[in-house]
Amino acid sequence: MVSIKKIVLDILKPHQPNVLEFSQAIAEVGSDYQVHLVVLGVDENTETIQLEVQGSSIDFDSIQTAINNLGGSLHSIDEAEVHSEIESD
Amino acid sequence: MSILSQVRFLLNITRSNDIARRYFFVNGFDGALTMLGLIIGFVVSLPAELSVIINVCMGAAIALCMSGLSSAYISEYAERRHALRKLEQAMVHDLKESAHGEATRWVPLLIALVNGLAPLVISLLILLPLWLAQAGIPLPISPLFVAIIVALILIFFLGVFIGRIAEISWVASGVQTMLVAIITVTLIYLSAND
Repeated sequence: MVSIKKIVLDILKPHQPNVLEFSQAIAEVGSDYQVHLVVLGVDENTETIQLEVQGSSIDFDSIQTAINNLGGSLHSIDEAEVHSEIESD
Repeated sequence: MSILSQVRFLLNITRSNDIARRYFFVNGFDGALTMLGLIIGFVVSLPAELSVIINVCMGAAIALCMSGLSSAYISEYAERRHALRKLEQAMVHDLKESAHGEATRWVPLLIALVNGLAPLVISLLILLPLWLAQAGIPLPISPLFVAIIVALILIFFLGVFIGRIAEISWVASGVQTMLVAIITVTLIYLSAND
């Protein structure tokens, strides 16, 4: 079984919701997600952020849906850490 | 997410909390002062049937409610659409399905409800003594005077509400709005004597 343990995303988002609300909403997608958000640049209406999510098994599609729901636009996946694990019965 | 937290979230991302609060005060004050003016008008006029007074006041209250609902909805929807288009241009991305798109559809409705219901609810509270009197419930003084007292108390509390937001003395703010009401009453009395 292959699990995503860490992803680093480059995102363009509106100023609202703010970075705290944005990272909280992403963290709520999973039960054990650790979110680290860095603002890379601020424009008149938008800001570019780097979002790092760590967890035991990250659901990328749900994270992408949450980003879109919050008005963000995913620009690139800058880093990924994926582990393959032997399934035990 | 519960409906209440969803509403709070949508108001927050559009920064509409302040607008809703402002509308509540402005139109609530409008409703209270209009009812006060109408009742004072009846006090200084020839005696009228209680049912006539209630009908006239209800007519004004419903008109204020409808005016508040429609004007706020039309203006807020236009403002929100404009803000969404501006944001979509900046994002180079369609935001109709995002929280911002949802806010564009719902926030004007929420603000319109605040703007429309504030004068209606306040007017109904002021008219309550008149209904009680009509229902045969005895009041210590004339129902018109009880309604005037209720109106003045509500106007004072609207002042207190705005004073707490401004973080100034709530007493001073309440007295300030009461002063406006007293000036209004005086002007009506003076115009009636002319």
